Amino acid sequence: MTINKYLTAAAVSLGIVAMAGAAVARDFTIASWGGGYQDSQRKNFFKPFGDSKGIKILEDTYLGGWAQFKAMQETGNRPWDVVQVETSELIRGCEEGLFVKLDWSRIGDKSMFIEPAVTECGLGVAVVSQLVGYNPKNTKVEPTSNADFFDLKKIPGKRGLRSDPKGTLEFALMADGVDVKDVYKVMNTKAGLDRAFAKLDSIKSSIQWWEAGAQAPEWLVSGDVVMSTAYNGRISKANKDGHGLKMIWQNNILYVDKWVIFKGSEHVDTAYEYLKFFTDPKREAAFTNDYTYGQPNKAALKYIKPEVAAALPAGANIADAMDTGRADSVEFWLDNSDEIFQRWTAWKAK
Amino acid sequence: MTSQPIDAGPAPDRNILKANLRRAERRRKMRAYGLIAPLFLFLLAFFLVPIGSVLYFSVSNPEVVTMLPRVTAALRDWDTRSLPGEAVFAALAEDMKQGYADTTLPKVSLRLNYEVSGFRSLLMRTGRKAKHMKAPFKAAMIARDKRWAELTYWRTIKANDSRYTLHYLLQALDLDLQWDGSVRRVAPDHQIYLSNLRRTLWIALVVTIICILLGYPVACIIATAPPRVAKYLILLVLLPFWTSLLVRTAAWVIVLQKSGIVNDALIGLGLIEVPLALIFNRTGVYISMVHILLPFMILPLYSVMKGIPGDHVRAAASLGATPRSAFLSVYFPQTVPGLAAGCLLVFVISLGFYITPMLIGGGSDQMLAYLIAEFATNTANWGLAGALAMLLLVCIAVLYPFYQRFAGAGGMKLG
Repeated sequence: MTINKYLTAAAVSLGIVAMAGAAVARDFTIASWGGGYQDSQRKNFFKPFGDSKGIKILEDTYLGGWAQFKAMQETGNRPWDVVQVETSELIRGCEEGLFVKLDWSRIGDKSMFIEPAVTECGLGVAVVSQLVGYNPKNTKVEPTSNADFFDLKKIPGKRGLRSDPKGTLEFALMADGVDVKDVYKVMNTKAGLDRAFAKLDSIKSSIQWWEAGAQAPEWLVSGDVVMSTAYNGRISKANKDGHGLKMIWQNNILYVDKWVIFKGSEHVDTAYEYLKFFTDPKREAAFTNDYTYGQPNKAALKYIKPEVAAALPAGANIADAMDTGRADSVEFWLDNSDEIFQRWTAWKAK
Repeated sequence: MTSQPIDAGPAPDRNILKANLRRAERRRKMRAYGLIAPLFLFLLAFFLVPIGSVLYFSVSNPEVVTMLPRVTAALRDWDTRSLPGEAVFAALAEDMKQGYADTTLPKVSLRLNYEVSGFRSLLMRTGRKAKHMKAPFKAAMIARDKRWAELTYWRTIKANDSRYTLHYLLQALDLDLQWDGSVRRVAPDHQIYLSNLRRTLWIALVVTIICILLGYPVACIIATAPPRVAKYLILLVLLPFWTSLLVRTAAWVIVLQKSGIVNDALIGLGLIEVPLALIFNRTGVYISMVHILLPFMILPLYSVMKGIPGDHVRAAASLGATPRSAFLSVYFPQTVPGLAAGCLLVFVISLGFYITPMLIGGGSDQMLAYLIAEFATNTANWGLAGALAMLLLVCIAVLYPFYQRFAGAGGMKLG
């Protein structure tokens, strides 16, 4: 009797679990990077899109990296329909068939967009630039170039750098005089890679590593560092709060995240409609006036306030920028990131 | 009270009685099992299965065998000293064609790239054209990419023709498994794991020692304070638990930074002129880790000290012991079990720290869990993440008997 009762209870609870796990038609779901960034996206894109279609839109946070996608591949679950990804995940997901190969006729003419925003599986979301920022209050001599970042005599003091070889090694090489076009040609040789590490080694004792994008402007404001690489939007945000931080645009590193659609999503049509909705230049401009990242649609620039546009990764500011989505960059990092990560970690800990 | 023994009854009765007893016993046992079943299932689901799968991931190597089946089979009889023949090239071309179509080629490319940097682009670039390749495949593939004329790539495929590998476990020890089965140390400028493990153990040890030095007197004071005061003191010890680890870590940044509370106060008092470097180095890591872990030392110590009657030390004193020898030979030995439990807790939890060192430490203060997280969540190299987790697990397993000896001996003395 008692055992039967246990068994019944167990069977019932298993049943509940099974029911909860069963595929209940899920609403259209978008995943992005969370925080203030996603708040801005909700205000300017998600909510207006849902309202215009009369549908409910669910949101989630993507934490970066491949683990969440690997779990999706292995379980076959597709909790999201659209997600914003970085280049390495974009390429991997596109090659491994996790993302839809985009039909551009359903989004818009490719020529409407800046070049890095158009790829096989992804539509550019925001153009983010990683560049040198500094606080004039912290230094007597203001830096004028990336070379000054490595000049401890001219400008002594701590420097913030992103704790990631990607983008940082390129930054070091370009500061050492390598042309933006030749960065990967140089890095692909042993001597070139050594040169990048040697350049960083020359200021190693003065480096303070940052992990989260919010740290760099915080340190600039608090005076913990005299200058730091940082994302342009973060610096603009600090300046909106009344801090007079400045930016050096020379050879800034461009990151263009992409919207991708999951293959096997029940809402592929809605997803395409969302992407089309997203590309509206006025809407993109409204987002940028809120949050200072560049937009994929070239026409958006017209609607952006001039004082915002001046601090934007667009136009002259990115004339000599290094796009991390370009073919040789993607290829180099897919081939070498494991090995370089080891060397980077060993060097950093030394 | 019936005094009649059970055996006294007639044989059939006795058997029925025995059967009844057995049934009752069985029912009781079943109920007992039923009661512990939730715990057992919980342990199974959240402890044994994850650890088992971590172990499995660290040796599992299914990619090459399942995604390049033809070429692995064709390479079985290869002499490894001269370039493979046309049949092997043809097998690889067929594998690549299929792998490109069913999107398994990127996965196996990534796996092989762990061993030879550049293998990924080699396979993908050739794979994209495999559909249009015609015999002779050897010439066609070498024309596409001349790296196919090098032995390294073929040897690496051949070396992975088993579903299991020691590659990840050896890598976690800074060793490199060669294609011929020999093992070599990796180049010094690529060695990261053993030095990181040493650092992780060292940080955990230092944090544990500081926790003892700070926590022991505190626990002692709480245990001997009047109950009304003790209640509030315990509350103060527990207070940090009410906020998340991340918040506490962020708070330390504000306190310790260059223009933080501590530095401003010291400069304001005229004690220092240049701000002290309290953060983004080991000092900051120790300060914040000790703060987070101190309760784990104080609580077990307090619970043991609470049970030590005050008259023991008084008796020792009345028998002529100095305060020092009364403490060392009467009080301290009785606190050893609590001390051992506190040390184990603090040490083991310290080993798994990574957010605090990541946000408060410098480049040379990162701990092993940082690397595990990098491989587990970012690159999704679960083989290496699993191997590093095994490394930590083995360290704890090796240290545990010492703890048991230490705590067990202390416990015996107590009895």
